[in-house]
Amino acid sequence: MRVNRNRAFYYIREGISSIFAHSLMSFASICIIIAFLVIMGSFIMLALNINALIGELVSENIILAYVHENLSESDARALEPRLRSIPNISNVTFISREEALQSFIGRYSYTDRFDDIDVTVFRHRYAIYVDDVSQIAQTQAALQHIRELARINANHSLAQTLVSFRTVVSWISVIVIAVLLVISLFIIQNTIKLATYERREEIALMKMVGATNAFIRWPFIIEGFILGMTGSILAFLAIRGLYELALSNMMQFEGGFFTLISFSTNISIPLFLLFIGIGFAVGVGGSGIALNRYLKV
Amino acid sequence: MVRMVDVFKEYANGVKALKGVSFELNAGEFAFLVGPSGSGKSTIISLLVGEIAPTDGLVIVNGQDMDNIKMRKMPYLRRTIGTIFQDFRLIEYKSVYENVAFAMRVIGASSKDIRQRVPYVLELVGLEYKAKSRPDELSGGEQQRVAVARALVNNPKLIIADEPTGNLDPARSLEILLLLKKINELGTTVLVVTHEKPLVDQFSQRVIAIDGGRIVSDAMDRYYNYESQ
Ligand SMILES: Nc1ncnc2c1ncn2[C@@H]1O[C@H](COP(=O)(O)OP(=O)(O)O)[C@@H](O)[C@H]1O
Ligand SMILES: [Mg+2]
Repeated sequence: MRVNRNRAFYYIREGISSIFAHSLMSFASICIIIAFLVIMGSFIMLALNINALIGELVSENIILAYVHENLSESDARALEPRLRSIPNISNVTFISREEALQSFIGRYSYTDRFDDIDVTVFRHRYAIYVDDVSQIAQTQAALQHIRELARINANHSLAQTLVSFRTVVSWISVIVIAVLLVISLFIIQNTIKLATYERREEIALMKMVGATNAFIRWPFIIEGFILGMTGSILAFLAIRGLYELALSNMMQFEGGFFTLISFSTNISIPLFLLFIGIGFAVGVGGSGIALNRYLKV
Repeated sequence: MVRMVDVFKEYANGVKALKGVSFELNAGEFAFLVGPSGSGKSTIISLLVGEIAPTDGLVIVNGQDMDNIKMRKMPYLRRTIGTIFQDFRLIEYKSVYENVAFAMRVIGASSKDIRQRVPYVLELVGLEYKAKSRPDELSGGEQQRVAVARALVNNPKLIIADEPTGNLDPARSLEILLLLKKINELGTTVLVVTHEKPLVDQFSQRVIAIDGGRIVSDAMDRYYNYESQ
């Protein structure tokens, strides 16, 4: 459909003047969208940081699988394909007993107490990396089925705690976001309903002189659109400001337990698009719901 | 132009407003529809503009069967009808000019057409010098003339006026009817609903009389004498 420029101007002008005709409701709509998106954005940033942290811990925290001492080095090395075939294992590195000894001595180089230590004290071993830390217990169980492995050491409690923390955070955020989404839709819908109610006589007149329903709807859809967009842009600026404040505060804890990820473009751009998308959906969707109920005559 | 054949209308609350109404209005005609309050005049108008559907019977407006019209086509049919009401129905915060232009804007007319057409119809109703005024700065007669201009601006084939003089004094009422007669002489079909006998008596025109939901008389130049029944 070709959009006549006159008509587009008409819709936009009517949409904007309607926003100011009931400025309090419009203000409330924008505020609820901001609140919704800022809370959602905070959860997202929290989740991203937990994920980054889990990622770091995973690269440090590996499973160590010790091979029975009665296996030769070549037999021990031959286990590798079997280990790789176990689900959730991303990488496997063989560490011979000599390498293990060297690294042990290296760690205690300040002393010569271990210089004459017998290499057979150490066992050949595998350093095993997993894809998903939350599945580490299952992976460990699978490894225990391999008889050639004497012992499995998985030091994963911190990772596990973080994973369950992330699960809790995800559930809370899903619930909070769903509730806020419903509230935002409700408030936008009521704003547009109020707008149509304020203009009911004009709408009746428009119908009387033969305006199409689409023509009657457009200004209200644009009103919803403007409210949604304004809310999402302001919310993005707010979350960026808040996060940068958090970043600069965390800087003061030098050498702290962990550092926040930076608000780089590979985070900010998707976040911005997400906000815009939600602002659009809530604004236009809310006005759509309101209009369908009102214009059925 | 307008044809009703054996039309019945029963409202949801059980009121039988029309009980077999038939009449025809040809293109270019001018007719009064008279009858006491509650006789079904406004019901006929609502049927003609497609606000309600008949319970039974045929309603044809500008060649369109109102019972089978698609919702999508209704706006385009309404553009061929100009409607005027007793209470003017002007937008208070818009100027006279904007009130008339509104009817063109909302059907997507170009601003060029609006700039040409609105002054023309304002001149036709004698209000070109009040273009910038707000409705509340005008007399009742002037407000109704704005409504007439608005009904006229999209060049409809048919103008329907539901008690257009109900809020006006006799002199202003006559003025409005003379204006509608003039519009009729320019080629538009006009149907005027009223219950003011003295006003109708000033014109030598077709008078359709309704009472209790039935047509009781349809003749030239004769107001039905309800009192003698
Ligand atoms: N929307 C409606 N619902 C129920 N009854 C109605 C409605 N509109 C009109 N009526 C009834 O139908 C009858 C005819 O009304 P109407 O057509 O308005 O008469 P008039 O315009 O001649 O005064 C009246 O008894 C009136 O009360
Ligand atoms: Mg009436």
